[in-house]
Amino acid sequence: MRLRQTATVFTRELASYFATPVAYVLIIIFLAATGAFTFYVGGFFQRGQADLASFFMFHPWLYLFLVPAVAMRLWAEERRTGTIELLSTLPVGSFPLVLGKFLAAWAFCGIALLLTFPIWITVNWLGDPDNGVIVMGYVGSWLIAGCFLALGSCMSAITKNQVVAFVLGAALCFLFLMSGVEMVLAAFRAWAPDFLVDLVASFSLITHFAALSKGTLPLTTAVFILTLIGTALFVNKLIVDLKKAG
Amino acid sequence: MEQAVRLDQLTRHFGRFTAVDRISFGVRRGEVVGFLGPNGAGKSTTMRMLAGYLTPSGGRAQIMGHDVEAEPLEARGALGYLPEGAPLYGDMTPLGLFNFVASMRGMTGATRRHNIATVIDRTDLSEVAYKPIETLSKGFKRRVGLAAAILHDPPVLILDEPTDGLDPNQKHEVRGLIAAMAPDKAIIVSTHILEEVSAVCTRAIVIARGKVVADATPAQLQAYSEWQDAVSLRLPAEQVAQARTALAEVDSVYDVRPMNRAIDGYDLLVVPVQGEHIAKAVADQLAQAGIEIEDFRVETGRLDDVFRKLTTMQPAH
Repeated sequence: MRLRQTATVFTRELASYFATPVAYVLIIIFLAATGAFTFYVGGFFQRGQADLASFFMFHPWLYLFLVPAVAMRLWAEERRTGTIELLSTLPVGSFPLVLGKFLAAWAFCGIALLLTFPIWITVNWLGDPDNGVIVMGYVGSWLIAGCFLALGSCMSAITKNQVVAFVLGAALCFLFLMSGVEMVLAAFRAWAPDFLVDLVASFSLITHFAALSKGTLPLTTAVFILTLIGTALFVNKLIVDLKKAG
Repeated sequence: MEQAVRLDQLTRHFGRFTAVDRISFGVRRGEVVGFLGPNGAGKSTTMRMLAGYLTPSGGRAQIMGHDVEAEPLEARGALGYLPEGAPLYGDMTPLGLFNFVASMRGMTGATRRHNIATVIDRTDLSEVAYKPIETLSKGFKRRVGLAAAILHDPPVLILDEPTDGLDPNQKHEVRGLIAAMAPDKAIIVSTHILEEVSAVCTRAIVIARGKVVADATPAQLQAYSEWQDAVSLRLPAEQVAQARTALAEVDSVYDVRPMNRAIDGYDLLVVPVQGEHIAKAVADQLAQAGIEIEDFRVETGRLDDVFRKLTTMQPAH
């Protein structure tokens, strides 16, 4: 029953992305931006290597503003239009709702990512790349998008204003992306013990993503990403429940 | 018969503000309860707690014996709820929405198709079933919301201002639907339109400042009105003062008030002592005093008058 409810929410959400121009705008911008970055900034041709490193390296940065834009409507719009009242008075717990919405948004990101396939064809036509590494690059990119989505969905649940949801989501994603750099760590080094600073540093999604785009999936990275998504969704459910009592 | 809806000391705070203050009542199947109160009295908050959208701060509520907090899914399963303003997914079609709601409520295959066809027929939505909801008129949207609420043929129906913002024809239709479903369901309808209460409700519960201030049949409420059995008089202008003096002597007359002829069409309102019928006494007294009556009308109770009295009374401590 819960599985079917999750699937029902998933289907409705995914369809609603494509019922509005949102989906098409996001996908076109994503495709145009990945293309532009890969060839002009990443120097795809100049590098003279048959791989997609110059393609994947910009994904986390593009996701930083595109993924919160995908996630911002998940809950904020339901709250603004009042449909949250329709949804939350159905005989369904809040977790199938949270999960169904998240998976729909994640599937949407997957679709956008798959539509970059021409670059994969291009690199295979030009040279002889290691397609295993490319597949891992795609998986890694999709996992990072999942992390950002889970964080963005959480932020969407706390407000009915989509702009607020977007800005908070982007800021939170930035913190997780950059937690390995000195700018963020310095804020902790002043007062926190070393192990905590190391812990924060280990949250750095960019470090994890670097491993993935080399074609490996270290166990720590897999565990970290799944834990991050799971925790964010759990917090998301708590926020949805708390709003009923608050 | 067991009560289908039961509220026991139900309370809800928002910060330091108490929106609903220890409300208790029960509703049986077959009853249509008009839930009345001024804006901000706590009607929607009470209904939202019953529907599971808000968590009660205190007290208990049960739908068909299921506690809304301990067994939320069972309680919501037995309930059809139309939120205030009937919010709907604008990008879906009515058919898409019904399929979504049916699937979330666990209906499959033939049952789902049968139920959807039944509500579309019942709410007369077949002509718009494939149009996006955002393109529909307000009346259609409200009917779509109502249809989604009754899709699973629930024993309990809670409708928050179902006719608000509709034109008179649409109001009539929605009331007809409610009346048709009334015999085997427990229905709670919130409204601030008082004619609706006499039109569809078997019972009226008035709340003010989060408390129940009256719980009676519409006829009983009407009888509280000082207009009940009052007499309106139209008299020659020079005899009005004389008539007031004469009528003040009648024992069963509680008060004689001037009315504005230009606005009300009458000069005087003679208010009886509660429960007295004064028409004959008034007519006799005026005849005796030699006053010529141009027009004479026996009034019936006015709900808006009772409503105002009940909801503006100072709280009793």
